[in-house]
Amino acid sequence: MPTLKDYKGGHPAWCPGCGNFSILKSFKDAMIDLDMEPHRFSIVSGIGQAAKFPHYVKCNAFNGLHGRALPVAAGIRLANHEHPVMIFTGDGDCYGEGGNHLIHNIRRNIDVTVFVHDNQIYGLTKGQASPTSMEGMKTKNQPFGVFSGQFNPMAMAVALDCSFVARGFSGDTEHLKELMKAAFLHKGFALVDILQPCVSFNKINTYEWYKQRVYHIEPEYDPEDRAGAFSRALEWGDSIPLGIIFKNSRLTIEERIPVIKDAPLVKHSFDHSAIERTLEEFY
Amino acid sequence: MDYTIKIGGAAGQGIQTIGGTLAKVFARSGYHVFTHQDYESRVRGGHNFYQVRLSDRPVMSSRDRIDILVALDHESIIRYEKDRAEHGFIIYDSDTLKQEHEQPYFLDVPFLELAVESGGNKIMANTVAVGSVLGMLGMDLGILNRSFEDRFRKKGEDIIKANINAAKAGRDFALKKCEKCAFTPASLSGRKMLIAGNDAIGLGAVASGVKFYAAYPMTPSTGIMNYIAGKEEEYGIIVEQAEDEIAAINMVIGASYAGVRSMTGTSGGGFALMVEGLSLSGMTETPVVIALAQRPGPATGLPTRTEQGDLQFALYAGHGEFPRVIFAPGTPEQAFYLTNRAFSMAEKYQVPVIILTDQYLADSEWTFDGFDIGKIQLSDHRLRKDALENLSAYNRYSYTDSGVTPMAFPCESRHLVVNDSDEHNEEGHMIEDAETRLKMMDKRLFKKLSRIRKEIAPPVFYGSANPDIVLAGWGSTYGLLKESVDMLMETNRIAMIHFSEIYPFPQREEFDCLDLLNKAGLTICIENNATGQFAHLVRAETGYEFTARINKYDGRPFTLDGLTG
Repeated sequence: MPTLKDYKGGHPAWCPGCGNFSILKSFKDAMIDLDMEPHRFSIVSGIGQAAKFPHYVKCNAFNGLHGRALPVAAGIRLANHEHPVMIFTGDGDCYGEGGNHLIHNIRRNIDVTVFVHDNQIYGLTKGQASPTSMEGMKTKNQPFGVFSGQFNPMAMAVALDCSFVARGFSGDTEHLKELMKAAFLHKGFALVDILQPCVSFNKINTYEWYKQRVYHIEPEYDPEDRAGAFSRALEWGDSIPLGIIFKNSRLTIEERIPVIKDAPLVKHSFDHSAIERTLEEFY
Repeated sequence: MDYTIKIGGAAGQGIQTIGGTLAKVFARSGYHVFTHQDYESRVRGGHNFYQVRLSDRPVMSSRDRIDILVALDHESIIRYEKDRAEHGFIIYDSDTLKQEHEQPYFLDVPFLELAVESGGNKIMANTVAVGSVLGMLGMDLGILNRSFEDRFRKKGEDIIKANINAAKAGRDFALKKCEKCAFTPASLSGRKMLIAGNDAIGLGAVASGVKFYAAYPMTPSTGIMNYIAGKEEEYGIIVEQAEDEIAAINMVIGASYAGVRSMTGTSGGGFALMVEGLSLSGMTETPVVIALAQRPGPATGLPTRTEQGDLQFALYAGHGEFPRVIFAPGTPEQAFYLTNRAFSMAEKYQVPVIILTDQYLADSEWTFDGFDIGKIQLSDHRLRKDALENLSAYNRYSYTDSGVTPMAFPCESRHLVVNDSDEHNEEGHMIEDAETRLKMMDKRLFKKLSRIRKEIAPPVFYGSANPDIVLAGWGSTYGLLKESVDMLMETNRIAMIHFSEIYPFPQREEFDCLDLLNKAGLTICIENNATGQFAHLVRAETGYEFTARINKYDGRPFTLDGLTG
């Protein structure tokens, strides 16, 4: 049984009061609940405050480039689909720089779990608008307020028939832990948008702001009803739903690729003797 | 004997089928063959050609003069009539071209009519054309007919028979009507393999145990992806078409991190998108192999044509300083072995390796007696199973004398494998301190580079031992240089040096090319680019400046006659 001690990583360089701390705690608790040992999976991340996550836990890790966590994760899964992969990313990393990869890996339905620390602002570069910043938000770089429409990751994911779409809140760690477990156990691409305050730069979407608006999706809600899920995904403003918005049981790309039906690529041995036969095709 | 057959026409008319079939028949008959293709960036229409050269001695470049022109469109006659060799012929179908030519070197073969008569379908017109060419050359149809049996086995006996009849009709017609045809091909036995640059890279990758290939299609590199995709099932390979080249290289890095041999391929524009990932491979010390098939830029440039314009780009691509290896094969054979070496070097030193080709080499077919599978190296440099499990501790970036840390991959053991694009400590976690930075740069860059350098082969030297004239080149110009030396050797003391291992630049211990260059009066660096990028590299690495340069940057390859004439 792993314990919290097994997961203790480096000392986080996040601001005191940052929502990331509670996400980190929920994650460790989720892994312990699931009896997951740190060497049995990888965390992939890009760049941003969220992407420092794998340095603050013990695990296999690939901390790559800004926006590029998903293609690295896809490569890992295709090479070894017995290897669970989680991605810790932010609203800039995943929805801005890495937007194209998000779209196409949802389409692939690669079996990874994506946790987006969504604080609706850029933290690492000190307070610029992010794709999920609300219209009108003023920052040093957007002195007239944000003109672009707010990106809605949940609606986009449902529109793309994403296999698992959920939203959590860093201020509700017990609920977030359960959501993380469900996302991790789900077979298929799982997107979990985690609302979190940025105590240093986002003075609008504060802990209190979220607290007044978020609610748990009612138990009788049917997350497999896509049309219903879409209207739930559009909810924002006075009330923001938390929980599993949508899920389906689409086949994953790993299940579809015939050559890895019996064993992952990494366990294939190489049959060198066949090369002579292949050479013959050039005569 | 040294004959050139050129098939010209619009895209979609079957130029490749005719040219490809002839090339295969010649190779199977034991001839040395060289083919090259010229096509426009369109699927139908326009004007393209496929050129086949056959000889009883090795040929490795294209000639300008044409012995048989198969004109499938009027444009072919307008463009190439002037290139006809003294005893050359132009064959065409006056019905299709809606024109007749009276000159004695024209041979009007009713391709369509004969196709319908003999094969029952005008789709056989290309087979009639192949038969006509073989008839003009006085060759028999045995090998061609066997190739129909191989190719159309699944389509059934009727299709095979129709093709055999159509070829015979074409041959009989040519034999009867072409009284002046005086081609006397040597009679050879044995068979040769026929292979193009792209296929040779694909084959080299498969033979090297590639398990994962991710790419975004881009001319002229797509052939590599096509080849490997065709082997997915047989060899247990995954070929994934990425959403863009950024994804392609990052997927390849992910798969390599997870423990399998991985590769991508692209052309200049796609490589531009991969540059950040190249740097990631350098920093995380993740082995990747990148095939970069050049085409003329800048930007979209001439998408289907050739240039050696991305050497400096490949040399300097990527932010920051990290080691890399660049190979530039000169022939499909070199492409095959160097692809294997690319995997060996990438895995051994945990660095990115670039295989630099161009459209000319990618699409040109050459003949060889065969490739030696025994020369393929397959050392596994990764820590697997017990070798990893039995270690008391493991750090992904622990300092070693060689700079190379044995490479483990995740989920293989209890040991954690941590890779980081930030500067990191031995464990793989991000750091800020200057001391660790310096130690990591020393490990990752200097220690590895000095070892890699020792493994780089010197250039190929060929020709007079004490030459007055030295031709120098790299990559796809190998055949051109060699044939030029052969052609000019009778009257000149001439030699060539050809570089296929470009970077790290070869050292002078094994072969001192500088000494050779300094003693020669005329040294010419020949490149298919505008600015002499390789000449710059030589000057940067050695201080040597060539006395002359020949640069061609019209998007077309050099031809033997064009260079030596």
